[in-house]
Amino acid sequence: MTLELKQIAKTVDGSVHIHPTDLTLEPGSFNILLGTTLAGKTTLMQLMAGLDRPTDGSLHFNGKDVTGMRVQDRNVSMVYQQFINYPNFTVFENIASPLRVARRNEREIKERVGRMAELLKLTPMLDRRPSELSGGQQQRCAMARALVKSSDLVLLDEPLANLDFKLREELRDELPKLFADRDCVVVYATTEPTEALLLGGKTATMHEGCVTQFGPTGEIYRRPKDEISAKVFSEPPINTATIRKSGGTVDLGGVAQWATPAVLANRPDGDYRIGLRPHHVLPQSKGGATVRVQGKVLVTELSGSESTVHFTVGDETWVSLAHGIHSFDVGSTAELFADVSHAFYFGPDGGLIAE
Amino acid sequence: MRRRTWIVPTAYIVFLMLPIYWLVNMSFKTTNEILGGFSLYPKEFTLDNYITIFTDPTWYTGYLNSLAYVGINTALSVAVALPAAYAFSRYRFIGDKHLFFWLLTNRMAPPAVFALPFFQLYSAVGLFDTHIAVALSHTLFNIPLAVWILEGFMSGVPKELDETAYVDGHSFWGFFLKIFIPTIAAGIGVACFFCFMFSWVELLLAKTLTAVEAKPIAATMTRTASTSGYELGLLAAAGTLTIVPGAFVIYFVRNYIAKGFALGRV
Repeated sequence: MTLELKQIAKTVDGSVHIHPTDLTLEPGSFNILLGTTLAGKTTLMQLMAGLDRPTDGSLHFNGKDVTGMRVQDRNVSMVYQQFINYPNFTVFENIASPLRVARRNEREIKERVGRMAELLKLTPMLDRRPSELSGGQQQRCAMARALVKSSDLVLLDEPLANLDFKLREELRDELPKLFADRDCVVVYATTEPTEALLLGGKTATMHEGCVTQFGPTGEIYRRPKDEISAKVFSEPPINTATIRKSGGTVDLGGVAQWATPAVLANRPDGDYRIGLRPHHVLPQSKGGATVRVQGKVLVTELSGSESTVHFTVGDETWVSLAHGIHSFDVGSTAELFADVSHAFYFGPDGGLIAE
Repeated sequence: MRRRTWIVPTAYIVFLMLPIYWLVNMSFKTTNEILGGFSLYPKEFTLDNYITIFTDPTWYTGYLNSLAYVGINTALSVAVALPAAYAFSRYRFIGDKHLFFWLLTNRMAPPAVFALPFFQLYSAVGLFDTHIAVALSHTLFNIPLAVWILEGFMSGVPKELDETAYVDGHSFWGFFLKIFIPTIAAGIGVACFFCFMFSWVELLLAKTLTAVEAKPIAATMTRTASTSGYELGLLAAAGTLTIVPGAFVIYFVRNYIAKGFALGRV
């Protein structure tokens, strides 16, 4: 099934929640909505599901306009961040619930629920109530219910956010398997760029109610269309600054200078923006096209084998993410090396400048 | 010092229980013994008072009348409050907050204010001296209370539960009756208890709106003297029996009662 959003927009009491959005999701595709909280991921999903009506635009399933259709008639499923199950039903009845509403016969229900429970390792818990399950099992139960009815559209709204990291990894590994032999459209919302990269598929970056870019996940990471998309798809946040090009050199607020890169060679002199991922700003020079930047250290976070250093560069705060333990005193002046060969350059309109 | 910590709670409990003990004590005495002098326990233990209440229709119909209008009132209040509380908890509409607060102000008005208009109104439409009249008049303060309690419990259920049910294909009523009501069963129990209790103890409206046919037990009880003189033992027995239904009902909601006093907002 193909899901098409045509100029979908949502305004509530005069404030825009979703700007007019066009999006085409292909059958059998795994699509990720990536954005911070309040970026509009949940609202967009509710519009897709039909739980909320768009103020403008239309929604098409396989070319058929379903904008005004009730959610009950749409054959969609949804899993939320909170573990939502029917508390008064057993796990079996929870999973069977969509099939019961659809009036399937008892034998088929038994068989399909059994298969789903097997897949999500819930077989021993079928007679229990959701409140007697662990958090991970509760979310598995919610997922089993979402998958049991072979819906055309499966919406997963940060399903792993409330789980501890071990369960999250476990369930994340299983996810692609669950959808392997289905031709439904899967939409998965997450705030974590790492999760998007691990899941693959296609990604739509969202920012303040806008889908800023949509395409294969890896490609979006490597080639963000504009500064906002690059910011959304970076953890820790991407380092940005305004640079001034004058002839053969570019200058970063008087802090650092380097030779004008090829992409800017044919551009007029003036102000541009630079984006540099934290792991390209390191405490040690790797040689090559590195540029030395100096700044005041704000915070150093050591997490096992990685160091994150926050420091000021001109008026901006930058982050360096490096392997190994690199400790700096807070307030001291640190010297770091930026590998500008990996930098993104953005024009005055925010768009990426490519060759 | 530490060994005497039991003194204060014990004194407190004795102080609280004393009137109830005295009531039960009196109910097993004869009226003559009650009037005759001071005794801590019944010297001539008798069950006559209770036997009279369960056999004399003027007494036991009082209980039946009270139970009838309290039952009707509880059922009516909760049935009406359920959809209202759902609307307040799930939807935003113009003036919802004001309406919600206004409901509670009904709870604060003394019943005496409404006694006269109700009397006049029910007499005019021929409802005077019926169970329905008392039940309806008590909904005045019980519906707001039930709405507030149920709204509190309903708002504790995430609205994602509603959405999940719709996504799974449940219709609104299918969801409301089969999933939502069982989910907030404790809240409904608490709301029922409070409706029961406030209707059971309310005397003024119940007395004003009834004469013979629907006369509540509280009205029978407050009649201290009868043709046969003072019947204090009988009154004490009736009082003891009046406490029983409340104690019986509270047992079922004992774990949720604190949440009920906080109108479901804990």
